[in-house]
Amino acid sequence: MKPPASDNHWLARPENIRRIWIVSSIILALTVLLQAVIKVKGYFGIDAWFGFAAGFGFASCVAMVLVAKVLGLVLKRDDHYYDD
Amino acid sequence: MIEWASPALILLAAALLIALTRGHWRSAVILIAPLATLWAVWQVPDGVVSTVRFLDYTIEPVEGSALRRLFATIFAIMAFVGGLFAFRQARWYELSAAFAYASGAVGVCFAGDLITLFLYWELMALFSTVIVWCGGTPAARKAGIRYAMMHLLGGVILKVGIEGVVVHTGSIDIQPMLATNFDTWMILIGILINAAAPPLSAWLADAYPESSPTGSVFLSAFTTKTAVLALILLFPGEPILIGVGLYMVMYGIVYALLENDARRILAYSIVNQVGFMVCAIGIGTQMALNGAAAHAFAHIVYKGLLFMSAGAVVYRTGKNKCADLGGLFRTMPLTTICAIIGALSISSFPLTSGFTTKTLISQAAVDEGLVTVYFLLAAASAGVFLHAGIKFPWFVFFQKDSGLRPKDAPWNMAAAMVIFSVLCIVIGVFPEPFYRLLPYPPVEYHAYTQGKVLYYLQLLLFSGLAFFAMLPLLKRTTTITLDIDWFYRVAAPRVIAVLSTIISRILDTINQYFARFLNAMLMRIRRHYGPEGVLARTWPTGSMVLWVAILLASYLVMYYV
Repeated sequence: MKPPASDNHWLARPENIRRIWIVSSIILALTVLLQAVIKVKGYFGIDAWFGFAAGFGFASCVAMVLVAKVLGLVLKRDDHYYDD
Repeated sequence: MIEWASPALILLAAALLIALTRGHWRSAVILIAPLATLWAVWQVPDGVVSTVRFLDYTIEPVEGSALRRLFATIFAIMAFVGGLFAFRQARWYELSAAFAYASGAVGVCFAGDLITLFLYWELMALFSTVIVWCGGTPAARKAGIRYAMMHLLGGVILKVGIEGVVVHTGSIDIQPMLATNFDTWMILIGILINAAAPPLSAWLADAYPESSPTGSVFLSAFTTKTAVLALILLFPGEPILIGVGLYMVMYGIVYALLENDARRILAYSIVNQVGFMVCAIGIGTQMALNGAAAHAFAHIVYKGLLFMSAGAVVYRTGKNKCADLGGLFRTMPLTTICAIIGALSISSFPLTSGFTTKTLISQAAVDEGLVTVYFLLAAASAGVFLHAGIKFPWFVFFQKDSGLRPKDAPWNMAAAMVIFSVLCIVIGVFPEPFYRLLPYPPVEYHAYTQGKVLYYLQLLLFSGLAFFAMLPLLKRTTTITLDIDWFYRVAAPRVIAVLSTIISRILDTINQYFARFLNAMLMRIRRHYGPEGVLARTWPTGSMVLWVAILLASYLVMYYV
C-alpha cells in the first residue's frame, strides 16, 4: 500500500483546495448576512442579536479547545503509560 | 404469540442458535431473528401484559408503552443492522454474545418490575464483557476485566437500592421516583454507572475501543441507552440529572479533543451525547422526555454508523490511531460519505436526525426558562461539531496522506452503513412520522423554521471555522489522557504497594522485638534454671541447716518481742 507517484485525486489538488476555501468563506459570510432577511427568534434576548450564533459558536469552540489544551498539559501521558 | 414471553427471548434463542448452527443457517438466524423481534415488539400492547408469581412477588416480565416500544424498536433495528455489518467478519461467539447482549437491552425495555429489570441488566453486563474480550488482544482482556468490575459494582449498587425499595415500600413496580433516600440514591447511582456518568465514566472510553471492529458497533448502542430508558422510567425530573448531564456533555468534548484513537474519540462522544439525554431527563417535562427518547433513538443510529465507519477503517487498515490514518477518502469513498453523514447527524446539522431530535431538548430548556442550560447546550452543540462532526472524519479520512490505500468496506458492512445513513437523513427530513412514535404525542412542535435553521447553521459552520483556525493546536499527539480510572489503575495499586511495604516493615520490627524479648527471657531462665543457674544448683546440706537455724532463731526472737 505505497502512495502512488502522483496524487491526482480532485480533492487533493491544491487549486481545488483553494476553491473549497473560497466557497466555504462565502457560505460562512452568507449565513451571517442572511440574518438581515430571515429573523432569528431569540428566546433570551441576546440570542436574537445579529450574528450571535456565529460568534457564540466560534467563541465557545475556542474556549473548549483552550480548556482541553490546558487540561492536556496536566493529564496527557505517553501512549504506553498503562502498559507496564 | 405467547402472551407472557418478552420479545427479548427471541434474541436470546437466536444467540443460542448462532452457536449451534453453521454457514448459511447461521447467517439466516442473524438476519431474521432481529426482524422477528421487531415484529414482536410491535405486538406488545400498552400496560402490563403478563404477571408471574415468584416467591412473594408479582413479576411483570412484559409491560408495554410507547416509550418502551420506541427503545425496543431501535434496539431490534440495531441488532439487525449490526448483525448485517458483522456477520461475515466477526467470529461466531462475538455474534452470539452480541445477540444475548441485545436481548438483555430489549428485556429491560419491557421489564415491568425492578426484579425483571435487574435480571436483564446483568445479562447485558455479562455478554457485553464477552464482546470486549472478543477484541482478542491482551489489552482487550485487561480492559474487559476492568469493564466487568465496574459493571458488577454498578449491578451490586443497583441491587442494594432495589432491595431497599422492596423492603421499605413493599413494591417492586417500576414507577417514577426521586433520589430522596438511601434506597433511591443507590438505584440512581447504579443506573448512572451504566450511563457513564461522572465520576465513573472512564470505563466506556477504556473498554469500547479495545473491542473488535465489529464489537464496538454493538457496544455503542445498548448499555448507555438502556440506562437512559431506565432514568426516563424511574427518575424523570430528578433535578440533579441536569448538572450530571451538563458535566457529561463537556467532559465528552474536552476528552475527545485530546484523543488520538479514532474509536476512543467516538467513545467520548457517546458520553457527550448521553449527557444531552440525561440533562433532558433532569428537566423532566413532556417535551424534555420526548427529546431524551428521540435523541436516544437517533443517537443509536448515527453513533452506530460512526462506529461502523471507524470499524471498517480498522478492519481494512488494522490501525486505530489518527496519527497513523488520513487520506483514506481516496480509496474508501463510500465509508467516507457514510462517516460524514453520521458526523453531520451527531452535530445536529439541519436535514439530519440529530437536528430534529436535539432541538427538542433545547426547546424544553427554553420552555422552562433555563437560560444557563440552554446556552451551555448550544455551546455543547458547537463543541460536538468540533470533536465528532469535523475532527473524526477529518483526521481519519482527510488531513495528511498517510499513504494507506485500503479497499472500501466489504459489501455487508457497506450495506449496513448505507441503511443507517438513509435512516439518519429520513428522520432529519421527515421528522413528523417519527415524532408520532414518541412517548407524549402529538408533539406541537415544528423542527424546521427558517430562523432556527439559520441559527444552527451559524453556530455549526463557525465552529467548523474555529476547528480549522485552531488546527495547529489540535495536532494529533501519540498520547492518552488520564481520567478518573487513573485512581484505580495506578494510584490504588501504588497506595497498596506502599501500604504493604509499611505494614511489612512494622511487622518485621515487631517480630524483631519479639525475638529479642524472647531471647532475653530464655537467657534469664537459663541463668536461673540452667545447669549453672542459681536455682538449679545443688546446695550443700550445711548451708541448708544454717538457714533453718537462722529462721528458727528469728522466729524465737519474734515470739518474745
